[in-house]
Amino acid sequence: MISGEQTPTQYIQHHLQNWTVGEGFWALNVDTIFWSVLLGVLFLWSFRRVAKKSSAEVPGKWQCFVEMLVEFVDNSVKESFHGKDKLIAPLALTIFVWIFLMNLMDLIPVDWLPTAAMYGGYWLGFVDDPHDVYMKVVPTTDLNTTFALSLSVFALIIIYSIKYKGMKGFAKEMTLTPFNHWALMPVNFVLESITLLAKPASLALRLFGNLYAGELIFILIAMIGFWQLPAHFAWAVFHILVITLQAFIFMMLTIVYLSMASSEH
Amino acid sequence: MNINATLIGQTIAFIVFVWFCMKFVWPPIINAIEERQKKISDGLNAGERAQKDLEKAQQEIAEQLKEAKQQAAEIIEQSKKRGAKIVEEETQRGHEEREKIVASGHEEVTSERNRVREELRKQVAVLAVSGAQKIIEREIDKDAHSDIVEKLVAEL
Repeated sequence: MISGEQTPTQYIQHHLQNWTVGEGFWALNVDTIFWSVLLGVLFLWSFRRVAKKSSAEVPGKWQCFVEMLVEFVDNSVKESFHGKDKLIAPLALTIFVWIFLMNLMDLIPVDWLPTAAMYGGYWLGFVDDPHDVYMKVVPTTDLNTTFALSLSVFALIIIYSIKYKGMKGFAKEMTLTPFNHWALMPVNFVLESITLLAKPASLALRLFGNLYAGELIFILIAMIGFWQLPAHFAWAVFHILVITLQAFIFMMLTIVYLSMASSEH
Repeated sequence: MNINATLIGQTIAFIVFVWFCMKFVWPPIINAIEERQKKISDGLNAGERAQKDLEKAQQEIAEQLKEAKQQAAEIIEQSKKRGAKIVEEETQRGHEEREKIVASGHEEVTSERNRVREELRKQVAVLAVSGAQKIIEREIDKDAHSDIVEKLVAEL
């Protein structure tokens, strides 16, 4: 716990509050954007370094690691997506690594960055009270991030459906399945729409739910006193699995949805 | 945890990241990987081929060596045979030569002996005749008794 003056409820609420600038819908979660962009840039910068030097010669260690990841993603894409597409593989790589890095922020002890931000903000004179500083360091515990990702994928699903099946084919799929009868068109449309909308919703909520719950458990563990140390460790070890798995699931489902969108049933 | 403009910001960030990754990160890396895979497989193939070539060459060498050994053995055998034959022939020839020489010697000796004997006989005959002549100079007529002398000479 960072401060004796806080009640547990306040402590939890404090941790779950984004640093927000602006009002209403046009408010921006500065911490979410800051950390996610920082991690995205870190990912692209470090991979770009390899890409610039990459050649068929004997690779260095970091290059090996990057190539391992790239090959892993490439294989996953090739397994599910048949056909040539320049976008899907890099999309999958970006999704996997970026989400993984954002999830990885969860493993930094839950109070470190918020506390640092609190006193930093106070000393720099942004706020009068350290407790007015809010800092949520795991961007994937923000619905905005997960929905930004899943809605982008959703847009791609629709684009790919139209691109590969044509407007007519897509409309047919929306109205003539699963019941191939003109009278059941409205029913089909409702069913297919739900199916379609469930994809981005489930993508976003699955990632958000897992990470939010994980974060919440870290926060709860942080309140139990001395025994939080082994408990933190145990949960963090388990959480390594969760964050990797969630990044992988998001990537795989994106590939699967896009390959479904681009092929006839 | 409300949905707000962050959604738009994150979407833009995501699109930019994916675009960057697609343009500048993915292609060079995947190209390098594929190129290296090709290189490695080429190298492995070359190694395999070289191994096969080596085996073939070794086999050839062994065969040639065997052949050469066989040939050498044959040559040695032949030369031994020829040597033996030559020795035999020469021995034979030597024998013949010797016999020839010996025979001719014999012949020569015989003919010489005959000649000498003839001469001796003639001389003895002459001597006998002259002796007899001297002894019976007065009694014997050379022409009348020549057949008796001839007979005498032949008996010598």
